[in-house]
Amino acid sequence: MKLSRDDVLRVAELAHLELTEAEVETYRAQLDSILTYIEKLNELDTARVEPMAGGTPAGVRGQEVERSGGQENPALREDTPGPPGAEIAEAVLKGAPDPSKPYFRVPKVIERES
Amino acid sequence: MGVKNGEWTIRGVREALEGKRVSARELTQQFYSRIAQRNPELNAFLALCPERANAQADGIDRLVAEGKPLPPLAGVPFAVKDVISTRGVRTTCGSRILENHVPAYDATAVERIEQAGAIVLGKTNCDEFAMGSSNENSAYGPVRNPVALDRVPGGSSGGSAAAVAAGLAVAAFGTDTGGSIRQPGALCGIPAMMPTYGRVSRYGLIAFASSLDRIGPFATTVADVAAVLGVIAGRDPLDSTSANVAVPDYAAEASKPVSGMRIGIAKEYFAEGMDPAVRQRVEAGIEALKRLGCQPVELRMPHTGYAIATYYIVATAEASSNLARYDGVRYGLRVDGSDLRGMYKKTRGAGFGPEVKRRIMLGAYALSAGYYHAYYLKAQKVRALVARDFLEAFTKCDVVVTPTSPVPAFRLGERTADPLQMYLADIYTVTGSLAGVPGISVPCGTTPEGLPVGLQIFGPHFGEAQVLRVAHAIETA
Repeated sequence: MKLSRDDVLRVAELAHLELTEAEVETYRAQLDSILTYIEKLNELDTARVEPMAGGTPAGVRGQEVERSGGQENPALREDTPGPPGAEIAEAVLKGAPDPSKPYFRVPKVIERES
Repeated sequence: MGVKNGEWTIRGVREALEGKRVSARELTQQFYSRIAQRNPELNAFLALCPERANAQADGIDRLVAEGKPLPPLAGVPFAVKDVISTRGVRTTCGSRILENHVPAYDATAVERIEQAGAIVLGKTNCDEFAMGSSNENSAYGPVRNPVALDRVPGGSSGGSAAAVAAGLAVAAFGTDTGGSIRQPGALCGIPAMMPTYGRVSRYGLIAFASSLDRIGPFATTVADVAAVLGVIAGRDPLDSTSANVAVPDYAAEASKPVSGMRIGIAKEYFAEGMDPAVRQRVEAGIEALKRLGCQPVELRMPHTGYAIATYYIVATAEASSNLARYDGVRYGLRVDGSDLRGMYKKTRGAGFGPEVKRRIMLGAYALSAGYYHAYYLKAQKVRALVARDFLEAFTKCDVVVTPTSPVPAFRLGERTADPLQMYLADIYTVTGSLAGVPGISVPCGTTPEGLPVGLQIFGPHFGEAQVLRVAHAIETA
């Protein structure tokens, strides 16, 4: 058994998930089984392998770009505001659970001892 | 294999409009009638947007009346998976936590098809936050496979696949993170394409796993898949992961002959665990390609068996981060708590379904202090090895051909008891997801019970043209 009840409670806390007692045990068993399956990755020697961090492996032709005005990374732009303008705030606040323009209202943050 | 008689295609719609045999309004109404008739039993659609559809249709009818040229997707009834943002139209991601969420903007892919004249009819059902392989994880009920109502359509884009297969849309968007376009396409019997990572903008796609998510089309023909891809592909300044790579004329490429193309066959995809009827149909498809002059090339792709384990660390880790935003503060469901943290925990506890919670916890565990190296970093390295298998394969062949799914459509409830069993449904699709390559599922016949079987074709990065070519050959063989 890889995963204990305490592990599940710790992870649920990290992920801000409130679970019932029954859920804790159900998930513990399921996650334990999945983590056991995942162990098979240890069969592979990856000591000299560079991790692939994004959606495209290194060495793939993916960016054929015109260099614009000497800019090195064309994925970046000038940090100036563009459309939409302030009117988007109306639409966004309309969907909020407790809007108080221009804020989203939330319960008081209470200091925790520890 | 091929289009059922009487079904609309993109070209068929355009010709009917130009020939004034039908107006865009009338066609839109026809599709809404079909939806009214069949959606109660299929549950493919979650929301309809007739005002928007009719306004768009009127625009097309005006162009016809004025004798102006019609844009490439003019009048095409289109469905959009509910993880893709549509301005003013409820977008739930199949979750209670976004039950009343109405986006303030359109996804780029939606904008592009509407600019091309397509008529968005509504939003389709899906596994919650795109997590699932059967569409049984939706908070709004499962989708049924139109080919066999006691069976799943596949997932997570089950609603879009079912809609197109049932004639409730001519084309639809799905999203694919580990197989969620290709596998439902296979189970419902329609062509379904996952483009190269970065080929299509993710702007407006509500994120599950940012290094894996892709938007792609379902349609009833490979030519139509190619046409939609041509409209949505291309650099988007609003998505810095979208690639600045030229978009070929996919439709023209798709109909080129395949003679002389090298098709890679990796034994790792043809080991045990495959339904015999699936094996038979896929092997028959490969034989058809040989008869058309394709050269089979035997390959080894040795990291294939590690792909599921890799995927369920990488994707869940990214999901645990992407889904942290659903906390009751700015949008979606809020459940009150005694304090801020209490509100987060109760909101997320109430708003997320079990599969989502499972994946968030798995991902958080894999990223947590003390485990990051053993799990997440390790998985990223194995991912590099899976990608390398493809890069090496494509030095020897033009496409890699595999089954899409080890089994045809299974019964509702058949795989829901054990999450790991459901994950193993993705065994042939996740490899290409991890590597970033494009892949299509194309129908290649049915089992003796009449259940569709899909053949999957992977291509090199940005090699959609050759993928479509081989798919088209299978379709017309």
